[in-house]
Amino acid sequence: MPTRVLVPSGVLGLGFDPVALARGVAFRPDIIAIDGGSTDSGPFSLGTGTSKYARAVTRSEWRQLMRARAEAGVPLVIGTAGTCGTDSTVDWMHEITVELAAELGQRLRIARLYSSQPPSRLAGALSAGRLHPLTPAPALTEADLPQMTHIVALAGAEQIQAALATGADIVIAGRTTDTGIIAALPLQRGDHPGAAWHGAKIAECGALCSTNPTSGVILVDFDDTGFEVEPMAEGAACTPHSVSAHMLYENADPFILHEPGGYLDVTGASYQALGPRRVRVTGSVWHPAPYQVKLEGARVAGFQTSILAILRDPRYVTHAEDWIARLQAFLAETIAHRMGLSAGSYALDFRLIGLDACLGPLENRRGSPVELGVLGLITAESAEVAAEIGKLINPFVLHYPLAADEELPTFAFPYSPAQSDRGAAYEFALNHVMDMDDPMEAFRLEVSDVAAG
Amino acid sequence: MSRLGDLVVKVRSKNAGPFWVTVDIFCGDPVRFAEVAAGIDTARVAALYRQAEAALRRFDIPALSVVKFSFPRPVVQGSREDRDMHGAAWAVLLAEMEMGR
Repeated sequence: MPTRVLVPSGVLGLGFDPVALARGVAFRPDIIAIDGGSTDSGPFSLGTGTSKYARAVTRSEWRQLMRARAEAGVPLVIGTAGTCGTDSTVDWMHEITVELAAELGQRLRIARLYSSQPPSRLAGALSAGRLHPLTPAPALTEADLPQMTHIVALAGAEQIQAALATGADIVIAGRTTDTGIIAALPLQRGDHPGAAWHGAKIAECGALCSTNPTSGVILVDFDDTGFEVEPMAEGAACTPHSVSAHMLYENADPFILHEPGGYLDVTGASYQALGPRRVRVTGSVWHPAPYQVKLEGARVAGFQTSILAILRDPRYVTHAEDWIARLQAFLAETIAHRMGLSAGSYALDFRLIGLDACLGPLENRRGSPVELGVLGLITAESAEVAAEIGKLINPFVLHYPLAADEELPTFAFPYSPAQSDRGAAYEFALNHVMDMDDPMEAFRLEVSDVAAG
Repeated sequence: MSRLGDLVVKVRSKNAGPFWVTVDIFCGDPVRFAEVAAGIDTARVAALYRQAEAALRRFDIPALSVVKFSFPRPVVQGSREDRDMHGAAWAVLLAEMEMGR
């Protein structure tokens, strides 16, 4: 059965064109689906189990989508709620939804899909040989698992289908693949499986597959041989090039996409323009495979304090690398002497902004900067030790001379104090997949009814 | 001699998940694509990013006039050594690579 999916934007929190959204609703979609997450900003969100977007922005955009859902009378699904899709961010999104339901006077059934994983489940899978590293993967032993602050599994289409089967008006899903929330309904209704996953991949970033990426809203029609995609914003267009080029985006392999329960191959896909702004795609193939879900985990890598100074004296700018090498050696000695810390028990990294701070050893150009930023990053086993090292190095980052026999220089500190305590620094600790017998065995559904206030 | 970035429409890099980075060279048209695809030596690209050549995945995509390289991130996204959270600056190295004519 043909299925029409409205995708308001690539992620909740980055905005969409409200006129385009209204136009999309007028096309009577069968479901509205939006992604809420990404690993793209780094491990902090998953490490802390918090959203990277402001609550006020999330709330205001979600309010618009809840009104659109009420008007369309179809389910609204968000995947990877709250950036990382932990249980805590699902609850955060649920709280916002309940508030808005009261405000809007909506009577709702809400299904929450939880994706957080207890370390014990992964430990069991690891010892049973059901946890497999992808390339490249961090080393993993059972002892590493309880160290992780949050672990999530990426749900696919089946778990979203289970959530929809509860009769939910709104599905708030924890970590899901970007595509699973869009592919779920077309797959359930028997549309072409290759088209369901391919169309989901094309639409998952919203209007990024069109000529006007920031307009957000995209409409996808799935059927039994292919899919058609069209942007909802005035003046935006989907062309065979804009659509097919989207397979390149943030994809290591532009032809193969692994999902729970199989993989998509778009090598033989053909992209046909239907008029100036709509594209039809056929020929993508879904290959079923044993059911595996991808895992993500984050752990504390240490606690950081940073310090920032600016060199403007031409002699120091010219000799900055010598200066930083000498300063670093001096500081290692001083930290060992004053604090009794060996070199291996903390890290002090300096980056020269204006020289090679961005690319480091890969940088192959030199310019003639008039000033250089000196960013010091201290990583230690506790916030107290990191802060103490920051205080200790502060006067030397301010005054350290190039030569022993010169008057003490003073560099520019942009604020007081020059050091900033950054708290815990997190790192990604898993790039693995887990075998599953039943798609729901690592996920949990909760359903609640909200009465109008 | 000219730089790759001057020959093509755009060179873009981005994370492909926390463990990979991918660089897309949009050549613009089939003629330029053929020229760039023939002129880019994978070994030189590997050296630019200090990767083993075998670690680089290369896709020449005539339908899009795109040459794409993907490789494991030199440092995992967000780890202590990481300098560029989104991996977007790596494109510059390729854009600035001198191409023999």
